[in-house]
Amino acid sequence: MHVELIGIHKYFGNVHASDDIHMTIPSGAIHAILGENGAGKSTLMKVLSGFIQADQGEIRLDGKPVIIHSPADAIHHGIGMLHQDPLDFPPMKVIDNFLVGSPGKPIPNRKNVIRSLEELQKEFDFTIDLNAYMDTLTVGERQQLEILRLLWLGAQVLILDEPTTGISAPQKVKLFDTLRILAGQGKTVIFVSHKLEDVESLCTKVSVLRRGKLVGEVEPPFDIDELVTMMFGKVVSLGKRAVVEQGQAILELKHFSVEDYRMRLSEVDLQVHAGEVIGLAGMEGSGQLLFLQTCAGIHRPITGQLMLNNQDLTGKSYHTFVNLGVRYVPASRMEEGLIPGLSLTEHFVLAGEQTKPFVDWAASEKTADERIVEFNIHGKPTTMVEDLSGGNQQRALLALLRTPLSLILMEHPTRGLDVESSIYIWSKLKERCRQGSAILFISADLDEILHYSDRILVFYSGKVSPPLNAMETTVDQLGQLIGGKGWPSTGSWQPAEAG
Amino acid sequence: MTRNKSRWINISFQFAAILLALLFTTIILLFSGAPPLQAYANIINGSIGSLKKFSDVLVAWVPLLLTTTGLLVTFTAGLWNIGIEGQITLGAIFTTGLLRLFQDSGLPPGLILILAMLAGMLGGALWASLAGALKTFGGVNEIFGGLGLNFVATALTLWLIFGPWKRPGIGSMSGTEPFPNHLWLPMISGTRLSIWAVIIGIIALAVIYIVLRGSYFGLRLKAVGKNIRSSFLIGIPTSRYMMSAFILCGALAGLAGAVQVTAVYHRLIPSISSGYGYLGLLVAMLINYKALLVIPVSLFFAALNIGSIQLPIILKLDSTLSGVLQGALVLFFLMMDGVRQRVLRKAER
Repeated sequence: MHVELIGIHKYFGNVHASDDIHMTIPSGAIHAILGENGAGKSTLMKVLSGFIQADQGEIRLDGKPVIIHSPADAIHHGIGMLHQDPLDFPPMKVIDNFLVGSPGKPIPNRKNVIRSLEELQKEFDFTIDLNAYMDTLTVGERQQLEILRLLWLGAQVLILDEPTTGISAPQKVKLFDTLRILAGQGKTVIFVSHKLEDVESLCTKVSVLRRGKLVGEVEPPFDIDELVTMMFGKVVSLGKRAVVEQGQAILELKHFSVEDYRMRLSEVDLQVHAGEVIGLAGMEGSGQLLFLQTCAGIHRPITGQLMLNNQDLTGKSYHTFVNLGVRYVPASRMEEGLIPGLSLTEHFVLAGEQTKPFVDWAASEKTADERIVEFNIHGKPTTMVEDLSGGNQQRALLALLRTPLSLILMEHPTRGLDVESSIYIWSKLKERCRQGSAILFISADLDEILHYSDRILVFYSGKVSPPLNAMETTVDQLGQLIGGKGWPSTGSWQPAEAG
Repeated sequence: MTRNKSRWINISFQFAAILLALLFTTIILLFSGAPPLQAYANIINGSIGSLKKFSDVLVAWVPLLLTTTGLLVTFTAGLWNIGIEGQITLGAIFTTGLLRLFQDSGLPPGLILILAMLAGMLGGALWASLAGALKTFGGVNEIFGGLGLNFVATALTLWLIFGPWKRPGIGSMSGTEPFPNHLWLPMISGTRLSIWAVIIGIIALAVIYIVLRGSYFGLRLKAVGKNIRSSFLIGIPTSRYMMSAFILCGALAGLAGAVQVTAVYHRLIPSISSGYGYLGLLVAMLINYKALLVIPVSLFFAALNIGSIQLPIILKLDSTLSGVLQGALVLFFLMMDGVRQRVLRKAER
């Protein structure tokens, strides 16, 4: 099916998530949509698959303009989307799962369905037991099943959102073979990814998005450097680099391994000093959040040791970490950082030390007023946090940090903020460094990572690089590492390859 | 939009909710063939028609006041303590147990009564801590855990009444053997009302009001109720705070049970909680968890309950009509609040 997007615009509040996107994808193509987090890949695909409607623009399928109202409507038009996390019902059998999502009669004909499924399986050489329970399937198998389901429903266009996350290497080979077969049958495959190597080995064309705009389209052979530059853009000047004297070791990780259901980070050794800033780079979901939260005491490492100021904190509770001067500042400000329905004053009281059973509201209001001025928050002590703008919420979060702190762990400290607010936030964080705190932060913004870190850890698919010296690393090198290029395939890491 | 204007909009929506609830109840009355105006007149007359009747309203008011006050704590922490019925029951059981233990001990009756109240609070708190532990450590939703424990509490009461604590001779649904007069909370002569019960209820509300409004504990509880994840990350031990909310609410519910035993029934009866827990949930929802409104609204609900007692005799109507009106009030209030928010959001666009 020949897919055309003509002048697609989508706004979320003030954010222009899709900005005049024109794209043509012919049948038989395996077309990559490449871009960093927040570039607008998902928004565009959601428009195409009917999850959201474009504010402006037109979608044409085989030359005919269509309006897609819902995902069910999309599949009716022949567009099927495969989500990053499989949308299925784990406690059900494979076959029942299948029938749930299928339109038709109230009493489905099981036998017929099973027969046509088995035929489809044979076509792609899949071997899924249709009577197994969903939760016994691997992520890769669930993905295969989802592909079968979409094809069975008559999909002519398949959209895959980050399909290679969380599946094994052989399954990836299998997936790519399947996609090539589908393309050969004249189906249209749209492959959303940030992984350069996948795009390079699979796709027939790449469209690169950045900040909602289509910045370019490239055909093979691909020049990786060019793709990296297109994805991340040009360097913006952030002013002079602040140099902070480093002190004693604050955080020490020894043979530190962490794990969640998706991945495992093995054997990290790291020493972070007072005044030092470590940037954690990598695409979202590459393990850096798990790592940061484990350093905060929210998760426990599966092996290894975590020392804070020469005290062994391995396996201690989150509250122990908090009491010993560790503070984690999450990215989702309203969900994990602030408490909607409470005022700024109430937040400062909650974050501060308790000395008496009752709150001295008059004094608290005065303190709140001082902090508001100091952190340049546009609000009053009685303002509810949900009424603040994003930048002000972020400054409020920073204002909540107690003094002194040993270790500050920040997730996307400046995401969604304008340049001015970002610079302000970092001036406050560097002040903390001068007071002797160490900072670890996650960011998707390579310039931010390079400019404010002393050292950088790169995360890619559950692998962690050794600390790189930020002064000696370029945007291109970092971009390639994040996209999975330049990693040693086997054996130990050789810094020469990165630097 | 000015603050004043939006306030008037709020009041008019609330007024509309009351009208709708009355309309709804009136339609039900018409369907059952009863004269609505006469029914309402009977309710009013039955509740505030005489000083004696009003004192009965106050008798019903005290347990309702206590349970609603307790629920303010759990609602503040974002918890639905449906198990409050069982907590009242366990309070009553512990009070009865203590009175049975000490009634022939020769201790001064005042002391025994104080101990009985404390025992009731302990019973309710223990039962609530079960629901709380299931929630915080077992991952069982407090609604399911609480509901289950309510049934267990009822079964426990029946077992005691027909088993170990049965009346001499034979156990009966009328409850255990009544306690001697000196173990009753002193009553105002000519009424069934104990001024002590009223004092206990008002003190409880005052204490909870001050704690929720002014203390660190209250503020943290509010934070936990509004966003448990942020609260945890900011450093509040959220499990401990949720448990405390359950225990406090349970203690107040248990106190309500103790009042039922010592001031109203003077024995343990099968339905000792009298639905005051569920009614308290309705009141708490209706007042949108604002502590100062507890007194008038719970008084109004108690008046409806007492006022409708006469309905079966006079109009051959079931006395549950008060329940219909109470339920309709809450439903229409919640509904009109939803409508108001939609209207305001549309107006903003």
